[in-house]
Amino acid sequence: MATETLKQDDHHGEHEHHDTTGLKVFGFWIYLMSDLVIFGMLFATYAVLLRGTAGGPGPDDIVALPLIFVSTMLLLVSSFTFGVAMLAQQAGRKEKVLQWLAVTFALGLGFILLELYEFHHLISEGHGPGRSGFLSAFFTLVGTHGLHVTFGLIWIAIMFIQIRKRGLDDMTKPRMMCLSLFWHFLDIVWICVFSFVYLFGVMV
Amino acid sequence: MFGKLSLDAIPFHDPIVMSVAVVIAIGGAAVVAGVTYFRQWGYLWREWITSIDHKKIGIMYFLVAIVMLIRGFSDAIMMRSQQAIAAGGAEGYLPPHHYDQIFTAHGVIMIFFVAMPMVIGLMNLVVPLQIGARDVAFPFMNNLSFWLFAAGVILVNVSLVVGEFAMTGWLAYAPLSGIEYSPGVGVDYWIWALQISGIGTTLTGINFFVTILKMRTKGMTMFRMPIFTWTALCANVLIIASFPILTATIAMLTLDRYLGMHFFTNDMGGNMMMYVNLIWAWGHPEVYILILPAFGVFSEVIATFTKKRLFGYKTMVWATVGITVLSFIVWLHHFFTMGAGANVNAFFGITTMIIAIPTGVKIFNWLFTMYRGRIQFTSPVLWTIGFVITFTLGGMTGVMLAVPGANFVLHNSLFVIAHFHNVIIGGVVFGMLAGLTYWFPKAFGFKLDETWGKRSFWFWQIGFYFAFVPLYILSFDGAVRRMQSYEQTEWQPLMFVALFGAVLILFGILCLIMQLFVSVRDRHKNRDLTGDPWDGRTLEWAAHSPPAFYNFAHLPEVHSIDPFWEKKQQPGGYKRELSTHYEDIHMPRNTTEGPILSLFSLIFGFAMVWHIWWLVAVGIIGMFVTFMFRIFNDDTDYYVPAAEVERIEREYHEKLGMQA
Repeated sequence: MATETLKQDDHHGEHEHHDTTGLKVFGFWIYLMSDLVIFGMLFATYAVLLRGTAGGPGPDDIVALPLIFVSTMLLLVSSFTFGVAMLAQQAGRKEKVLQWLAVTFALGLGFILLELYEFHHLISEGHGPGRSGFLSAFFTLVGTHGLHVTFGLIWIAIMFIQIRKRGLDDMTKPRMMCLSLFWHFLDIVWICVFSFVYLFGVMV
Repeated sequence: MFGKLSLDAIPFHDPIVMSVAVVIAIGGAAVVAGVTYFRQWGYLWREWITSIDHKKIGIMYFLVAIVMLIRGFSDAIMMRSQQAIAAGGAEGYLPPHHYDQIFTAHGVIMIFFVAMPMVIGLMNLVVPLQIGARDVAFPFMNNLSFWLFAAGVILVNVSLVVGEFAMTGWLAYAPLSGIEYSPGVGVDYWIWALQISGIGTTLTGINFFVTILKMRTKGMTMFRMPIFTWTALCANVLIIASFPILTATIAMLTLDRYLGMHFFTNDMGGNMMMYVNLIWAWGHPEVYILILPAFGVFSEVIATFTKKRLFGYKTMVWATVGITVLSFIVWLHHFFTMGAGANVNAFFGITTMIIAIPTGVKIFNWLFTMYRGRIQFTSPVLWTIGFVITFTLGGMTGVMLAVPGANFVLHNSLFVIAHFHNVIIGGVVFGMLAGLTYWFPKAFGFKLDETWGKRSFWFWQIGFYFAFVPLYILSFDGAVRRMQSYEQTEWQPLMFVALFGAVLILFGILCLIMQLFVSVRDRHKNRDLTGDPWDGRTLEWAAHSPPAFYNFAHLPEVHSIDPFWEKKQQPGGYKRELSTHYEDIHMPRNTTEGPILSLFSLIFGFAMVWHIWWLVAVGIIGMFVTFMFRIFNDDTDYYVPAAEVERIEREYHEKLGMQA
């Protein structure tokens, strides 16, 4: 098999050429939908185990709304700042992209730190995930979202390095589009978590 | 240092396990020695292990599936012989803890590591060719999917010798699978084998969904896609929507077992029926993931060998789509006895019965395709006709089970066992073996031996009825599933008949192996270079046999449902000719990251089973670093120069001329 590596900018653009960016973004959409099924299952389990408190705390006992309000704001704003980074990418302004990625990273990190604080606080009060079925479902639902955000942070860090090294090219741009989808997706999931777990928790 | 792992984990005292281990060790050593002696490691690494070629990946899936079929069948015949002798106080030769591992392993292996890889293997081999594509949408991911699946296979087989396998039944119902009732490592092996290979399957689903929707050749609208591609599309929709449920469910069971949570425990607010609901919300779509592509195979086979266009193409498509949707709203029929109430049970009973309608549509479509056709009774056609009869019977017993009132009596009885083997053997296995015979010449350039293929069919077909009709009868006498021994000596004669059936199926499998052996030996006699051994109808037969790694030198253009057939019907017919002009072809490069990443996932899974935490860290870091290599690697594709394409095409045509 003869192999000849060719750079992106040669004369091959003419004939049958897959729209690889389109494929990647579409594939990533489908992945997100399958991930949504996982969250759907965790929500369903949470709903079923809501009353399985086994004499321990229920939703209204563990929710600290002011804290959650702050972390929600951090995440929502981070979605906005990622949007700004994408606008900068479309304008082809590498430095601006890097700056807004850094801001997004900081906001996301803040969200995760607050969540860790919340978890630590609950566990130290004896309300850990092993206490009851309800708490297992609570920690797993919120924690799975947190784990996703953590992966998002790692991904942002990687994109930061790659864009600094390579600039905005055919490799980094589709990845930024996927990451942007991922980040907004986590925002939407969080809005569901916030309403369903925290707001609803205080109401009942 | 080694967590829960010590030398005690190896069952030296068990002669059955140890002799199997010795056989595996000798066999493995022979393979390694052979490959080393013939200096084939480089070839294996370059051409197979790191390959992103969908055709080779498909072949590897099928190869693993056949090996695992032998393992799964060994479990089956052990169970049948145990039940044939363990009557009226006799204990048989398998103690309960071993017997329980065997029926669990049998189910897990047959579904996850035989049926699934056969289906995914065929999809790999056929779908890109049928839609006129050069490869799948994400070739690296395809390689990774295969090796993640292989890691799962290896974990299951390791459990045979190191430690134990689950004793819970193939779906590991909680709370039995919880840490309280299953403190050993068996369930952990089950968890990690399924979790790792399941993630590979999800990736496959996404990959093929995108491939089919986005990479069809010019002119191939959705309603010009071959039926096998349609069924593959629907199966992949099911994978994408259902495998995440499995992932989430197993993850929650993992948290229960490893971190002492209470999702599915008896006490502390857990809800065990939540587990059963979740696992079947995945499990029912799963059986349609298996059967839909089998339906696709039968549709291709019957149209080709009756030389007629498939009857009712559109109804076939809509029936497939209908089954896809319905498969998500029937899961509760697996546990009507939960006590959800009459209305809920009635709903699920009715939705289940409704599935019989699109399935019936399909059956009639196949029959009407055969009607007034000139049927060639090749072995794929025999499998198809055997399927139509056997599967229809199995479908009818399924409708019986869908009646909640009847189900309360039949629940957990041998009737259920007989029913699902009726549809899985008669449907999935027959379909996959038909597909193997049908597309084998496409993959290898020579046909499979017909005589041994037909022998295999007759042994399987007759063996099936001998093995499972007795179980239907016994179930009316109250025989339940998963019995290690029983008191009623009057059941014993029928148990012997069932064992006889299993022996017939054994001959069926031996004929299959013989068929492969004989065909490879006589490959020069059975050579087919034309690429079209059956006078086929769809695009895959327009490619070479075996196809060049880029599939088509020029991507074909499509104007109808059976494009290749119609081309051949034009005045003057169709002739393979060299074209005057070739172009560079864009192709992906092989990957080393796929197999290496999967190796680390295997290490991770094994370490999790045995609680070897430092090794868990090695696995995770290894996976992460390998993935980073992939991400920072920008040399993942290349262009095959036009001159090289021309050389390959010329060479092929010279061979073709020599054969003619």
